Amino acid sequence: MVKGKSDFVIDGFVYVTLFIAGFVCVFPLLYVLSVSLTPIEEVLKNGGFVVIPKSITLEAYQRIFKQRLLPTAMGVTVYVTVLGTIINVFFSVLMAYPLSKLDLPGRKLLMNLVIFTMLFGGGTIPTYLLAKNLGLMNTYWAMILPTAIDTYNMIVVKAFFENLPSDLFESARIDGANEFRVLWQIAIPLSKAVIMTVGLFYAVGHWSTYFSAIMYITDEKMYPLQVVLRKLLNNNPELNMNVDVVVPTQTMQMASVIFSTVPIILVYPFIQKYFTKGVMLGAIKG
Amino acid sequence: MRTEMEYSTEVEDYKKRRKLQIFQKRMKRYWPFYIMLLPCVIYYAVFKYGPMYGVIIAFKDYVLTKGIMGSPWASPWYKHYQYFFNSPYASQVIGNTLIISGLKLLFGLLPPLLLALLINECAKKWYGRVIQTLTYLPHFLSWVVIYGILIALFSQSAGLINMLIEQTGGASYPFLTSPDHFRTVLVGSEIWRDTGWGAIIYLAAIGGIDPNLYEAAITDGCGRIKRVWYITIPNLTGVFVMQLILKVGSILNAGFDQIYILSTPQVNSVSEIIDTWVFKEGLQRMNYSLSSAVGLLKSVIGMIMVLSTNKLARRWDKGLW
Repeated sequence: MVKGKSDFVIDGFVYVTLFIAGFVCVFPLLYVLSVSLTPIEEVLKNGGFVVIPKSITLEAYQRIFKQRLLPTAMGVTVYVTVLGTIINVFFSVLMAYPLSKLDLPGRKLLMNLVIFTMLFGGGTIPTYLLAKNLGLMNTYWAMILPTAIDTYNMIVVKAFFENLPSDLFESARIDGANEFRVLWQIAIPLSKAVIMTVGLFYAVGHWSTYFSAIMYITDEKMYPLQVVLRKLLNNNPELNMNVDVVVPTQTMQMASVIFSTVPIILVYPFIQKYFTKGVMLGAIKG
Repeated sequence: MRTEMEYSTEVEDYKKRRKLQIFQKRMKRYWPFYIMLLPCVIYYAVFKYGPMYGVIIAFKDYVLTKGIMGSPWASPWYKHYQYFFNSPYASQVIGNTLIISGLKLLFGLLPPLLLALLINECAKKWYGRVIQTLTYLPHFLSWVVIYGILIALFSQSAGLINMLIEQTGGASYPFLTSPDHFRTVLVGSEIWRDTGWGAIIYLAAIGGIDPNLYEAAITDGCGRIKRVWYITIPNLTGVFVMQLILKVGSILNAGFDQIYILSTPQVNSVSEIIDTWVFKEGLQRMNYSLSSAVGLLKSVIGMIMVLSTNKLARRWDKGLW
């Protein structure tokens, strides 16, 4: 294909605009990182923060670890994320598999009842009162059980199971495997990709847990990362980690932001292709 | 000789036995499935249908110690709705919800489409892929982290933008706490977070366009702009209209998480939406019945809107393909 002059102009425009788009998405995070590393002398010298500080310090991060507030909260979040995701995936698969059997008596009724919950719900307050009555207040279960199955994710897994060749299941059954074994040894290994995708969506959801915590948790020692971070960002005096002014408040805040984001950024390059897959699954089956 | 009666009871008996046999046979095959479903059905019954039962407190004067059944019925039954609609909150929170949703719809709809077009037109595929990966990174940041980023950039005391303004001789401005600009912050941060993510679906639709169309266009002497305009864009209108319809269907969801986390008391007048008001009214001021009543009304209207827009989307889909 011969390229005309206008093609080069278009190419140039495309490259530049895309660069700007990528830059706009990444720059804010890089700036936050830079602020978190800026020592107080730099701030005083420049009369504020600069995009690229001349010298850097890890003082703010050392403080975060010394103060134990954020590491403890991260412990809570990791615990809830791991346990919660295992429960999410387990029950989503356990529900999706029978519902993928088109000849299961009662399937249609169940599906309708399940889909109805996507359209209508009792709302925040009745859910809160229910959890309270069940004794979930100030337990980690409060951040896990009320959202044990996400209907959308469950339906994505179900759709995938439905598309698996039924001959495979049939031959396993003839060989004498019961349904639990068929699920465990045939359906799940064949659906690793979709289960992984759904699991990642659940995990990101748990990592961002905020509302279930402020609703059900009043014991501050049990607060997950996002809640503690929100309080720090609000300059909450009771949580003020900045006893002396060696490290500027903003540096502490931004170091806390980075501290809470690092796990996501670290796994992001490896898992991002699964996320795209997840959107596609949803789009096709939605 | 058997009478007609005996004969028919025998037939009935046979039918019953046959039915039982079929049932037993089916159960023999299907019981493991029901065992698998059992815990999940319990989950749905308790955590999804439980609150639907609990929402009857919308029509009661709920007292925590008396429970749902023990609390007296509200009189008249629409008491809490009457209170809500007579209060100044009603117009404020409904108005804010629709305005914020509307602005997000208006400004958020096109950027994903444009980004997808640009990525598709990118001659170097690796470059496009890298940019795509970078642009949907923000989607995975929690709103609390985004709040932190906004502080770094826009806070009055130490935000980067305000420092630049001051260095060029301007006066710093409280972007995050000013009622005049808070909605811009909401719309802007949502676009920043979800443009890359929203582009994925358009890129998939572009991937599904028949390459022969482009070949034919090239033979006919169409330049790149013309190909985008006459082939790519017309092939994306279906997805675009779908997105529009679905977003209209969820217009009552203005973004609870985002607004609750980003807003401060100074901006309440422009940022309090139905969801945040219900949350605060219920959990902070403990008006359980009132907040449940408003939440219920929103759920019902929301459901009707989603159902009708879905119907519209389906009709559109059929008309298109």
